[in-house]
Amino acid sequence: MHDSSTTAVQGNVQSEVHGAAHNPALLHHFATEEQQRDSASFGMWIFLSTEVMFFGGLFCAYLIYRLKYFGEFAAASQTLNWQLGMTNTAVLICSSLTVVLAVWAAQHSKRALLLGSLVLTLILGFAFLGIKAVEYAEKFEKHHVPGPSFQFDHVKIPTAPGQPEQFANPSHAQIYFALYFIMTGLHALHMIIGIGIFVWLLFIAWKGRLTPEYNTPMEIGGLYWHFVDIVWIYLFPLLYLIDLRK
Amino acid sequence: MSMATATAQPVERENYLNKHYGVGSWLLTTDHKRIALLYLISITFFFFIGGFFALLIRLELLTPAGDLVQADTYNKLFTMHGMVMIFFFLIPSIPAVLGNFLVPIMIGAKDLAFPRINLLSWYLYIIGGVMMLHCMLTGGVDTGWTFYTPFSTAFTNTKIVEAGLAIFVAGFSSILTGLNFIVTIHRMRAPGMTWSRLPLFIWAHYATSIIQILGTPVVAITIVLVAVERTLHLGIFDPKLGGDPLLFQHLFWFYSHPAVYIMILPSMGIVSEIIACFSRKRIFGYSFVAISSISIAVFGFLVWAHHMFVAGISVYAALVFSLLSYAVAVPSAVKVFNWTATLYKGSIRYDAPMLYAFGFLGLFTIGGLTGLFLASLGINVHVTDTYFVVAHFHYIMVGGALMGYLGGMHFWWPKISGKLYPEGWARLAALIVFIGFNLTFFPQFILGYVGMPRRYYQYPPEFQVLNVLSTAGATVLGIGYLLPMVYFLWSMRYGKPAPDNPWNAAGLEWQTQSPPTTFNFEEEPIVTWEAYNYEELDAPHNEEVPVAR
Repeated sequence: MHDSSTTAVQGNVQSEVHGAAHNPALLHHFATEEQQRDSASFGMWIFLSTEVMFFGGLFCAYLIYRLKYFGEFAAASQTLNWQLGMTNTAVLICSSLTVVLAVWAAQHSKRALLLGSLVLTLILGFAFLGIKAVEYAEKFEKHHVPGPSFQFDHVKIPTAPGQPEQFANPSHAQIYFALYFIMTGLHALHMIIGIGIFVWLLFIAWKGRLTPEYNTPMEIGGLYWHFVDIVWIYLFPLLYLIDLRK
Repeated sequence: MSMATATAQPVERENYLNKHYGVGSWLLTTDHKRIALLYLISITFFFFIGGFFALLIRLELLTPAGDLVQADTYNKLFTMHGMVMIFFFLIPSIPAVLGNFLVPIMIGAKDLAFPRINLLSWYLYIIGGVMMLHCMLTGGVDTGWTFYTPFSTAFTNTKIVEAGLAIFVAGFSSILTGLNFIVTIHRMRAPGMTWSRLPLFIWAHYATSIIQILGTPVVAITIVLVAVERTLHLGIFDPKLGGDPLLFQHLFWFYSHPAVYIMILPSMGIVSEIIACFSRKRIFGYSFVAISSISIAVFGFLVWAHHMFVAGISVYAALVFSLLSYAVAVPSAVKVFNWTATLYKGSIRYDAPMLYAFGFLGLFTIGGLTGLFLASLGINVHVTDTYFVVAHFHYIMVGGALMGYLGGMHFWWPKISGKLYPEGWARLAALIVFIGFNLTFFPQFILGYVGMPRRYYQYPPEFQVLNVLSTAGATVLGIGYLLPMVYFLWSMRYGKPAPDNPWNAAGLEWQTQSPPTTFNFEEEPIVTWEAYNYEELDAPHNEEVPVAR
């Protein structure tokens, strides 16, 4: 219990704390920089677990409808351009490398490497979105966008040799494309947010605010970017590759 | 303790309320205590809106004929009542108000780990709330708060998309609160505040936060799918186009069943604090009560399909979900038995918070046991979609969660406001709430059991007596809820100044001044004692004297 004789004016205590702090980035309610860094990165991990559940609902819906409309999902999946998807996968894996380099550079005061890696990450991010836009445009041309103009008539369901040929039910195939657009669209939205974060990181790195002592924004920004990459690593085989050989 | 005895204070000490003045100092604050008060005002506003809808529902059901409102209006009334009460009152209620205020203080921290995210969560809540208000004022929704497809996506012509987006935004407010609590509890504890010394209020909020961060995103994405399906006329859940309406129900209840535990777990945390304090005993079986919170959160994720027993799920799935639903009763019963054992040979005082805690014990037990009726497949088929279900979940959500919330508001009001509320009025209000509540909802158990279905605005005349009882009870209950608001407001101006520890309670929040300073403690506390060390506090050698009230 406090004794009233030791009552200190709060403002004095605060100014002492701030006066003693080594780093102006240390916020008032943390005792040490280590505590602040741990909290920030732990918070990002918790947020990412939320994101896993967010995408998890969609993955669950995808798997259920894939079991239910196996043929239509195979037929629809085969219309995707896997070469573009593969390229995009490569682009994202490279961007994960540049993010790791940026984090390392921030921790070791390598300014040129830091700025270069951030710029490269941004270029790769934009490249991904560009390729995705090309794919989306293709869907528009083929009338594979769900909605009133959707067409998927007289598309054969891939069957084993000797089996009678079947045609896909367009409204079932439409579910595939709806999920395709929602999942990749949500992923692309995360990419856009990631690009926003990295533009900001580039800005504070340019200003020299990322130092070996304080680089938490780079670290948690990197965590976010890797997470978005990993989502794609699951989306790519599930949407593009899974029915390729049928 | 010198501060507590200094009853006549000529000058008000600096605290979080009087440090800054002006609208800006509130709307841009990052102080968890001020944000808690912002939440308190906002959720009270929505509580009275939701209560107003409830009042209209009860008035319509006063007579068997549909004479007060039309069927469509009635559908909208119970829908908006549910949506407002669940998403804009109950889910944020205890965590965002009392949790926000107390979690950092109870663990000896200066603030939550992310104060700005905390403020952001309030703004998200407000944005969601304004969208919901706009939705209500421009027509509302008539699907029931559950949004069942395909009615919500293909048939109804009400404002599904806007209501859905409002809940989506408010959901992120809830996620951010949960995230903040988890990080704070892990990383911000004062030296010596080990996990086994945490107050049970903290354990309850930790369990709640787990549900908030893992459950809420699932309902968020489900709402997005509903909005997309409705806007673009896709067939994700519409069986006409190949969609699966049961998938919607699975995804919806995956969140919305655990959401019930978001409402009840923090309330259980409050009851643990109150019962220990007013029995002057360490809580019986501390670690069991703590772990039972976590296991309720975990089991809570595995029982959702008991809302779908008659929806056409497989018998085997129903069997498993029935069994798992029974399993949730185990940790809940552990809590109830431990609270009861804490009372045994305690020095019990019947102050208003304790009356609410007693109310909670009885009502939660009734609500929980009728939950077991519903978890058993045979009875479930008989009472599905009847007033039995309505009564059951109101016993949990109002009788349980709301009683706990009110108990907590009384218990910590001296700390929050620095003023004492009028104890006599508070005891009277607790009594009125308890009587009004039972009068409102107990007849509904009988109504449901004899076959009155929910969500109809007319009913056969033989149900009238019980419905009149219920409506009368609702009126009493309404008065019971208005009273605390009146005397809390009154006490802010006219109440006696509160000492730092009016209940002579254990816990760090009682060791700082009332109301606390902006950073809660003048110096970082070091914890060397176990939680609920009432035996030590009350030991004769201790100079600490309970303040006469």
